[in-house]
Amino acid sequence: MEKYLIINGIKVFFDNEKNILEVIRKAKIELPTFCYHSELSTYGSCRLCMVEVENMGIIPACSTPCSSGMVISTNTEKIINMRKIVIELLLANHDRDCTTCQKSQSCKLQTLARRFGIETVRFKNVTHKTDKDLSTYALVREQDKCVLCGDCVRFCDEIQSIGALGFVNRGSKSVVCPSFGKDLELSECVYCGQCSRVCPTGAITPRSEVRQVWKALSDKNKKVIVAIAPAVRAAIGEVFGLVNESGIRTAGKIVAALKNMGFYKVFDVSFTADMTIVEEANEFLERLKEDNIPLFTSCCPAWVKFVEQYYPEFIKNLSTCRSPQGMYGAVAKRIMPRVLGVKKEDLVVVSIMPCTAKKYEARRKELADNGEIDIDYVITTQELAMMIEESGLRFQELESYAFNMPLGFKTGAGVIFGTSGGVTEAVLRNVAGSMSDGQDESEQFSFVRGDNGIREATINLLGRELKIAIIYGLRNARQVLRELKTEKRKYDFVEVMACPGGCVGGAGQPVYNDLVTRQNRTKVLYENDKTLELHKPQDNPYVQKLYNDYLGGAPGSTKAHEYLHTHYKYKKRYKESVAISDNDNKGVEINVCFGNHCMKRGSKDILKHIVEYVESKKCKDKVNISASVCLEKCFSAPNVKVAGTTISKPSDKIIEEAVDKELK
Amino acid sequence: MKSNYEKFKSVCSILEHYSFDKSKLIPILQAIQEEYKYLPQEILAFISSALNISPAKVYGVATFYSHFSLTPKGKHIIRVCDGTACHVKKSSSIIEALREKLNLSESEMTTKDMLFTLETVACLGACGLAPVLVVDDKVYGQMTASKAVTLIEQIKG
Repeated sequence: MEKYLIINGIKVFFDNEKNILEVIRKAKIELPTFCYHSELSTYGSCRLCMVEVENMGIIPACSTPCSSGMVISTNTEKIINMRKIVIELLLANHDRDCTTCQKSQSCKLQTLARRFGIETVRFKNVTHKTDKDLSTYALVREQDKCVLCGDCVRFCDEIQSIGALGFVNRGSKSVVCPSFGKDLELSECVYCGQCSRVCPTGAITPRSEVRQVWKALSDKNKKVIVAIAPAVRAAIGEVFGLVNESGIRTAGKIVAALKNMGFYKVFDVSFTADMTIVEEANEFLERLKEDNIPLFTSCCPAWVKFVEQYYPEFIKNLSTCRSPQGMYGAVAKRIMPRVLGVKKEDLVVVSIMPCTAKKYEARRKELADNGEIDIDYVITTQELAMMIEESGLRFQELESYAFNMPLGFKTGAGVIFGTSGGVTEAVLRNVAGSMSDGQDESEQFSFVRGDNGIREATINLLGRELKIAIIYGLRNARQVLRELKTEKRKYDFVEVMACPGGCVGGAGQPVYNDLVTRQNRTKVLYENDKTLELHKPQDNPYVQKLYNDYLGGAPGSTKAHEYLHTHYKYKKRYKESVAISDNDNKGVEINVCFGNHCMKRGSKDILKHIVEYVESKKCKDKVNISASVCLEKCFSAPNVKVAGTTISKPSDKIIEEAVDKELK
Repeated sequence: MKSNYEKFKSVCSILEHYSFDKSKLIPILQAIQEEYKYLPQEILAFISSALNISPAKVYGVATFYSHFSLTPKGKHIIRVCDGTACHVKKSSSIIEALREKLNLSESEMTTKDMLFTLETVACLGACGLAPVLVVDDKVYGQMTASKAVTLIEQIKG
């Protein structure tokens, strides 16, 4: 028997839709919501999706399961009035400086206020004008624009398993903020920025660097060079009403727009993506020889920070290759001055990314050259669109231009980097080597493509069976890491991207809320790959030339390591420590680690012994004992730090000696 | 007064008592508040690490319930009932008198000498005795402003 609902008098069939909201939307009725995202759990707080159901009264569509024969009205006078009041109340609580808001025109609250014809807000405005959180390069938080829908909180927790944001307080005092009300920088945030993507208003937005870039462009003594990431070309057209445009044409228009704005050279990050693959594939082969596997990709800075924070034991598995942006930075700042004949200090390097975490990555100390960062400014696809609009360029009508050489020439492998599975496919193409004539190299490994957050593939290559995993979403990554630890899973190569669908779904891209938009972007990249002449990164003649001229001739050379590799280190999540001594933090510092690993391995006994020993020696006032999480040496737990020196797995005697030494 | 070490030891025993079970977060926080008289930030961070939950979540729970306090409280806790019955019987005059006596305000609830904390509660469930106040779990019924002030002087000794 077919199941159906009657929506506004029209019969609509349904099958497995999880609630009546999904069926209503299937019937092409755009029921308003703030807190409903099909990928997240149902929360039911915004009360905008209320509908009238016969014999049931007014109920929220998002949390009502379907039952056949329901008679639903979505637009009765009662409901419309109710929605209007909800919006009016939200507006009373909202910083309504729309004209200066980043989210203007893509803000759901603004759209709904217009849709429902809100002409006046009858209630007094009660915003508090709290300061913006500008602690990170990636994101800006503005509490007064929050509607408390909790989308960010649930995304961070449910999809990314981070939980950097949470609800604080209750009732009218509720706010969403990082732990202890601190700035985002001090939280565990990995800067994936998906919170800003799901935020219906401007409460969390990517931090703009547009002003700085304009300033550099107007400086006559500076030459500004720029490169665009693969995923950017797949999405920017959406802002200008260009649908189904090919990646090559859009990229050409972007180049034209950037030249018009006054950029000196326009390059393609796909070129350095080709380099990344060549370098990473070389690392992979070496690791296979040494049996030092699995190799984790390291192109996604949010994923890298995730491993550094939560799984230090896997840091050694992260590829030491810089990401394509990292390689572009090194090449642009350290090699291009020689190629272009421009002084290094006169060069300003900009990159355009689909990502907010890339803003953070560019400032990582590990990527700096003697303390100087390579990339001066990172702007997102959204920011590029703003710059184009600001210049008054009619993007749709621009004629395509070609990228500048040499960093503008790429193979298809560098282009598909922007989607989940792309890095894996590119590495496989490189490892497999050339194919015999006539075969389509762009389809050789297409079986790694797909839409699931965890995908597996087994390939016979190099005379052995290679097991591969492709993951997006950090909760998925956490699950795989846990199972790798218990050896429930075993892989040779693991690709992880933090954002759903990979970089195409990044938080720097134009705001999207439906799967189809993201899938279209992926399609654009694969088509772009197909239409290029070359598909294997090792065939890129300019990559070869760059290696020959500046990078020691081949992947893995000393020079290549100096320029194209990096390192990672354990990043502490907690900065707090608990005072154990009662002497107001005076005296020789003794720090006992109470992190998870150490606690399981007896930090309590160590602390007990130290306290008793100090008491027996009657020198309680001369030491300052504290317990902290954690000392970042989990492999050799338990750990104690005496006057700055960490002692691992200490015996009672060793601790006593260390304390005695300091007390003398 | 307990030393920092003794308090920290009890935090560890509390965690062990609840087998590091994250679903027992609220009883754990209650037990810890019993020990410290409030929830120090560094202890909350430690709890979040030990139970493997994000600190934002622990902080969210700790700020949601008015029972939990994130600032140190005085030695004696005075709770004046301001529920409907007590309010009608002029509990607000008691609150005002105590604030004046202890030099406190709506935002500043603990005396500088850390001797008293003055709180208001919505209902103590003793409406028959209205207006009611509770000092350190001892209930005083049919209070007046002057009786309350005398009571404070007695406790101070």
